[in-house]
Amino acid sequence: MTELPMAPVKPPARLISVTIDGQQVEVPEGSTILDACNQLGIDTPTLCYGDTLAPANACRICVVELEGARTLIPACARKVEPDMVIHTDSERVRHSRKMVIEFLASSVDLSITPVAQDYLRRYDGRPERYGPPAPADPERDHKRTGHHEPPDGQTAATVHSPAKLDNDLYVRDYSKCILCYKCVDACGEQYQNTFAITVAGRGFDARISTEYANPLPESACVYCGNCIAVCPTGALMFRSEHDLRDAAAWDESRQTQTDTICPYCGVGCNLTLHVQDNQIVKVTSPDDHDITRGNLCIKGRFGFQHVNPQPRAPL
Amino acid sequence: MDVRLLDAEPTTAERAAVDAFLGPPLSTWVGADRADDGHAAHGGHSARAERHQLLPTLHALHERVGWISPGALNYIARRLTIPPADVYGVTTFYALFSLEPRAPRVLHVCNDAVCRCCAGSDSLVATLAEQIGPQGQEVGGVTWLESPCLGQCDRAPAALVVESGESPREVELASVTADGLLAVMDGQTPAPPPTAIPPQAGQPGLALLKRIGVADPESLDDYRAHGGYEALRRAFELGPDGVIEEMVESKLVGRGGAAFPTGRKWDAVARQPRRPHYMICNADESEPGTFKDRAIMEGDPFSLIESMTIAAYASGCERGYIYIRGEYPLAQRRLERAVEQARARGLLGDDILSRGVRFDIELRKGAGAYICGEETALFASVEGYRGEPRNKPPFPVDRGLFGKPTVVNNVETLVNVLPIVLKGGAAFARIGTERSTGPKLFCVCGAMQRPGTYEVPFGTTLRELLELAGGVAAGSKLRAVLLGGAAGSFITPDELELALTFEDARAAGTTLGSGVVLAVDERVDLPELLAAIAAFFRDESCGQCVPCRVGTVRQEEALARLRSGRTRGSVQDELALIAEIGEAMRDASICGLGQTASSAIESAMARLNVFNRGVSA
Ligand SMILES: Cc1cc2nc3c(=O)[nH]c(=O)nc-3n(C[C@H](O)[C@H](O)[C@H](O)COP(=O)(O)O)c2cc1C
Ligand code: SF4
Ligand code: SF4
Ligand code: SF4
Ligand code: FES
Ligand code: FES
Repeated sequence: MTELPMAPVKPPARLISVTIDGQQVEVPEGSTILDACNQLGIDTPTLCYGDTLAPANACRICVVELEGARTLIPACARKVEPDMVIHTDSERVRHSRKMVIEFLASSVDLSITPVAQDYLRRYDGRPERYGPPAPADPERDHKRTGHHEPPDGQTAATVHSPAKLDNDLYVRDYSKCILCYKCVDACGEQYQNTFAITVAGRGFDARISTEYANPLPESACVYCGNCIAVCPTGALMFRSEHDLRDAAAWDESRQTQTDTICPYCGVGCNLTLHVQDNQIVKVTSPDDHDITRGNLCIKGRFGFQHVNPQPRAPL
Repeated sequence: MDVRLLDAEPTTAERAAVDAFLGPPLSTWVGADRADDGHAAHGGHSARAERHQLLPTLHALHERVGWISPGALNYIARRLTIPPADVYGVTTFYALFSLEPRAPRVLHVCNDAVCRCCAGSDSLVATLAEQIGPQGQEVGGVTWLESPCLGQCDRAPAALVVESGESPREVELASVTADGLLAVMDGQTPAPPPTAIPPQAGQPGLALLKRIGVADPESLDDYRAHGGYEALRRAFELGPDGVIEEMVESKLVGRGGAAFPTGRKWDAVARQPRRPHYMICNADESEPGTFKDRAIMEGDPFSLIESMTIAAYASGCERGYIYIRGEYPLAQRRLERAVEQARARGLLGDDILSRGVRFDIELRKGAGAYICGEETALFASVEGYRGEPRNKPPFPVDRGLFGKPTVVNNVETLVNVLPIVLKGGAAFARIGTERSTGPKLFCVCGAMQRPGTYEVPFGTTLRELLELAGGVAAGSKLRAVLLGGAAGSFITPDELELALTFEDARAAGTTLGSGVVLAVDERVDLPELLAAIAAFFRDESCGQCVPCRVGTVRQEEALARLRSGRTRGSVQDELALIAEIGEAMRDASICGLGQTASSAIESAMARLNVFNRGVSA
C-alpha cells in the first residue's frame, strides 16, 4: 500500500480577545462575533444564517452594538477583531431586532417558522400595528422594477402570492419567503452548481425566481432539494409535507427520525428518514455529516415512494 | 460550469445585436451553431471571466430591440456562460430594462421630488394618463413611463426619450410642457435643449467650472488651449509619491457623500502589493436634486479624463472605469469622444506622453438603479452581478473591483485634483475653512430665480449661495431648504447663516450630502414632497436587507396615512412610528441607502412640524 501524503498541520489559530456584555472571551482568529457569543452562551437570534452556508448577512436580526461604530453590525458575518467591545442587549440592539421581526411578520407568512413567535415575544414585536395585511398579489412575479403604485397605508403591504405547485416533488410558497438568499446560495455556487433560481426584481418586489418565473419543470432544476433543506421558513416544502399539512394531518409529535445510508450509489450519503404513520414524509441529511453537509441528490431526497406501503393494484 | 439553457432561440436581429457587441461566437458551445442538447459546457475560467460583459451586452441588445426576450436572454446566457436564471436576476435589477415586449419609443417623464413638487410634473403625468392612457401601454409604437429624477432638476420638469432600433437614439428634454410631451407621444422627437451652462460660466475665479461654457467640450485642442493637460505633466514631474503628498496636504475629502480624505485613499491603494489596481470614477449621480457631475461631464469632459489619469498614475492603476448613470446620454457621448481623442493623442494607452505610463478608461453605463452609486454595489454591477452592496470591511482600497485594490472617487472629487497638482496642496488647503478645504459645487434648484450648478468656496453661507442664485423666485416665500438631497435633511429659513462646510453642517444636525440645495417655498405641498422622497427610497432599495426593504415600505405607508388623515391611532402615534422605523433603518441597514432613507422625512417632522400644522394634501 502506498502511503497517503499527510496534510500539512495548520498552526493553531491566534486567539483574539473581545468583550461581550462585560465578559471577556478569547476565540480563534477568523471567528465571527456570533461564534464568540455562542461560546459565552449568549443566545443570538438568527434567520438568514445557516451553519452550512457562508453568511448571507441579509436579515439583520443578529445585529449587535460595537463600541465606536456608527451603526450596528451583524454578528453572523462580522469577524472578531482584537479588543472589540460589544453589547448584545442594549436599547439600540433590542429596538432593531424588534423592528426586523415586526417587519418580517407583518409582510411574510411566518405561521410555520417556529423561531418567529419566539423572537416576537422576546422583543415585544407587534406586527399588527402596521395594519391588516394586504391580500396576495398574483402579479408579484411580474412587477416593473423601480415602480409601484402609491399606497394608501390602510393595509400593510405583503409578499403574499399564490403558492407554486408545478411539480410532484416540492412546493414553493413564496408568501412564506423572508428572502434569506439561502436557497439561491445552495442551488448555486455554494453547493449544487445548478443555478436554477435567483433573486429577481428589486426592493420590496425582490423575489426568488427562475428565469421569467418559468415553472420548475421548464427550469434548470434537478430536484436535489438542497434548497428545501436550508429554507428556514417552510416556503420550500416537500409535496408530501405540504399535502399532509393541507389535510391538517401533519403532526411532528407523531414522527420518528431514522438515520440510514442512501442505497442508490456508492458515495455513502447519510439520510434521515422522517416517518409518520409508517410513511416516509420527508428526507433530510445531517448538516454536520462530512460528506453531505445536509445536501443530497434527487434519488436520496425524493426516491422513497417505493418504500412506502402502496395501495396494491388488484392482480 | 454546466449551464442548462432555455428552449428558446433569438431572432436574427437579437443575435446580430449581441454578436455586434461581443464579436462572433467562436465555438458551438457558445452559440456558433446549435448545441444539440442545450447543454453548453465550455471554457472553464476563461469563459466565465466574460461575466463583466453582461451589463453592456444587455444594453446593446436593449438598444436594438427594446426589450429582453427569452430567446435573446438565452443567447446571452450561452455566449457568456452565465445561467439563464442569473441573467434574469441581473436584468430585472435595472429599471431601464424590460423583460416584456415594449414599444420602440419610450418617453420617460420625471415625476420625482423637484419636478413634481416644484414644477408640476404630476399634472403632466395626469394629462398623459388622460389623453394617452396608463403608463406602460403602447400606443402607436410609443409608450410613456414615470421616471425617478433625471438629474435635470435645474431645468424641471424633465423627460427623456429613448428610441430603440437600428439607429437607437436618446434625447433629453428639459422644461417640458404637456403639449411637448403629447407631441412626443404623437411620434415627434423635438431637438434636445442646449447644454445646461452653469449660471456663473465665464466668471473669473472659478476653479472647477472655469472651462464650462468657455472651451469646446468636444475638442481636445481647445481643452489644451485652456490649460488642459498641464496638470498631468506636473504630476509626472512630481512622481506618484509627490502627487499623493500634495493630495494629503490639500486635505481634499470626497464629494460623493462620505467625505473621506482622498489622499489617504490613493495612498492606501498605492501601497497594496496585490495587483492589478483599479481606478473608478463614480458618475452614477442619481440622487434626486443632484446634477453637478453632469455639468462637468457635459461641459468639461477632458478634465475628468485628465484627473483620472493622475489618480491612476499616483495609485498604480492601469485600468479605469467611468460608471455613468444610464439616463445621461449627452454626458456619455461627450466622455466617449473625449476618451477616444485622448487615446488617439497618446494621453491614454500604453505609453502616456511617452513616459511609459499605462492607463486606459472604459465607460460603463448604468441602467436605472440609484443603488449602483454605492461603491460596493457599483463593483457588483460592473462585474455582471446584481447591484447589491456588501458589508464593509473589507474596504475597496483592499478588496474592490474584481476583489482587487480599487480607488473609487466621485466626479467632482476628481476634478479638484487638477488645481491641487497645479498650484500645490498647501495653496488648495487655504481655500475654504480649516477642515473643509477647496471649492464646492452646489446643485441649487427648486423655487429659485436662477437654478443651476454653483461653485463657491467652503464656508460660504447658505444665504450667500441663495443670493448668488438670484434669491427665491419672484412672488414666493422660502419655507425650507432641503440640504444634501433625498438623503439629506431640511433646515428652516432661520438657519440661512449656516456656513456651508462639513463641520458646520454636522454641528447643525444636517449634511451637505451630494451638494443639493433645494429651495422649498410656501407653494410646495410638503407632505407630497415627503411622499415623493419616501417613494424614491422604496423603489431604489436593492431589497437585500430587511430594515431597508420593508422599512422603506412601512415609512411610505405611514406617510400616506398622515397625508390622508386616516391615521392608525393619533398623528403623534404615526410620527412615533416613523421615528421607530427610521431608527432601525439607520442602525441596522447594510448600506447608506437604508441608513439615510428616513433622514429628510424625520428632519421635516422635527424642524418643519409638517403634520402638526394640520397641512395635508
Ligand atoms: C445609495 C448610495 C448612492 C451613492 N451614489 C453615489 C453617486 O452617485 N456618486 C458618487 O460619487 N458617490 C455615490 N455614493 C458614495 C459612494 O459609495 C462612495 O462613497 C463615493 O463614490 C466615494 O467617492 P469620493 O470619496 O470621491 O466621495 C453613494 C452612496 C450610497 C450609499
Ligand atoms: S431542488 Fe436543487 S436544483 Fe432545484 S432549485 Fe432547489 S437546489 Fe436548485
Ligand atoms: S425560499 Fe426559503 S430559503 Fe429561499 S430565500 Fe425564501 S425563505 Fe430563504
Ligand atoms: S440598505 Fe437598502 S439598498 Fe442598502 S443593502 Fe440594504 S436593502 Fe440594499
Ligand atoms: S442572521 Fe445575521 S444577518 Fe441574518
Ligand atoms: S430631474 Fe426631475 S427631480 Fe430631478
